[in-house]
Amino acid sequence: MSVTSLLSISLGAILVNNFIFSQFLGCCPFLGVSKKLDTAVGMGVAVTFVMGLASAITWLVNQYILIRFNLLYMQTVVFILVIAALVQFIEMFLQKSMPTLYTALGIYLPLITTNCAVLGVALLNIQSNYNFIESVVYGITGGLGFLLAIVLFASVRERNVFAECPKCFEGFPIALITAGLMALSFMGFSGLSAWG
Amino acid sequence: MNNILAAVLVLGIMGGVFGLILAIASKVFAVKSDPRLPEILEHLAGANCGGCGYAGCSDCAAHILDGTAPVSACAPAGAEGAAAIAGIMGVAVESGVRKVAFVRCNGGSNAKKRYEYEGVRDCIGASKIAGGPLECEFGCLGMGSCAAACKFDAMHIGPGGAAVVDSEKCTACMACAAACPRHLITAVPYDKHVRVACSNRNKGKAAMSVCAVSCIGCGLCEKNCPFGAIHVTDGVAVVDYDKCRGCKICTKVCPRDAISPAASKEEKEKYRAAQKAQAEKKAQAAAAAQSAQPQDR
Repeated sequence: MSVTSLLSISLGAILVNNFIFSQFLGCCPFLGVSKKLDTAVGMGVAVTFVMGLASAITWLVNQYILIRFNLLYMQTVVFILVIAALVQFIEMFLQKSMPTLYTALGIYLPLITTNCAVLGVALLNIQSNYNFIESVVYGITGGLGFLLAIVLFASVRERNVFAECPKCFEGFPIALITAGLMALSFMGFSGLSAWG
Repeated sequence: MNNILAAVLVLGIMGGVFGLILAIASKVFAVKSDPRLPEILEHLAGANCGGCGYAGCSDCAAHILDGTAPVSACAPAGAEGAAAIAGIMGVAVESGVRKVAFVRCNGGSNAKKRYEYEGVRDCIGASKIAGGPLECEFGCLGMGSCAAACKFDAMHIGPGGAAVVDSEKCTACMACAAACPRHLITAVPYDKHVRVACSNRNKGKAAMSVCAVSCIGCGLCEKNCPFGAIHVTDGVAVVDYDKCRGCKICTKVCPRDAISPAASKEEKEKYRAAQKAQAEKKAQAAAAAQSAQPQDR
């Protein structure tokens, strides 16, 4: 593990293998909570937060429980359990100790409980054989990639409202087309791997 | 077999541990919230319309609980909602009359156009270009910004081209009033039907030349109102709803049909004939009294 490998993981998670635009994970909140820029930012920050924490905890669970008891085939179920409990716990903790952050994250925190991007990052960490630090970095930067994608998308959608488009495409259809075009444009990053 | 046992045990123990942690956490991190908060929230409209001035219904409920907002802060919840919240809070409710929004313009196709506007369908956008597409600087632009702001489907662009409120659906949250760049929308009592549908503050010719149904500030309504309930202020007629009894005489004398509900021609004729007959009767009576006077002496 070196700084360059961490940088390469970060760059990959944010741009090249963006969770939404190239892995198509977490599309549900991406389409659902992107009507306004400020709610999109709230969602993105909450996802980043939870993905980072979930990466850390699930890596530990995998390393010290699943591998020891030879239960790797139970990964998905266990990770769902861990993430759901973790999010609930964080919510209670924040409500008590950081009410301002709690109100800022608001409804988005419980929404993330079963988000596939969070489960995805946990499983991908194991698949890619990352160590603990790499896992955490991958989780946080993956969340930042989600934040980038949802903020860009929300900005475009806010402008789309005022754009003239054919009646049959108004509203959700044009949002889906926009998402598709943005995914295409993110394919432009696919060759980017400066650090190997 | 061993595998299954291990899986069941590990998952069972993990589930139990997480459950225990959460149970402890819910006690340790318990936040004391006022039990009245959800009760108040239940009686608010729940549309998150923002008409109260707070960020959504739960914020409004929190402010009501603090006492920084009145129990009647939620206009869409209406008098019943206010009464229920007052019951929860243990205070007396200020009596509220049901109000609805009203667009003080009936221009639309009656108003003269300065130019054809073909930009973004948005009132603020339209009003920014050379003072708006209408000759009348007070008229409804009809782009529907208010209709877009309405969460209750109570606001529509009417067939005449100006915005019209559906009084049955309107909850007087006044989100539309905030969206109107011309400030045409006000709250009026639901059960008072006489409303001045114009806000043109110019007088006489200046108001007459821009629209077929503009208030020109002539003051005929003021002179004819038997209750002193309508006055020309700043060049436009304004109804005083404390005094108005809904006789609709003002709508019949208005030469510009600017007061809604606009009276038909027949109604106007009838009213004028009645006025004339009454005046003649009065004159006759006066003449009779005059001729009768000398005999009394």
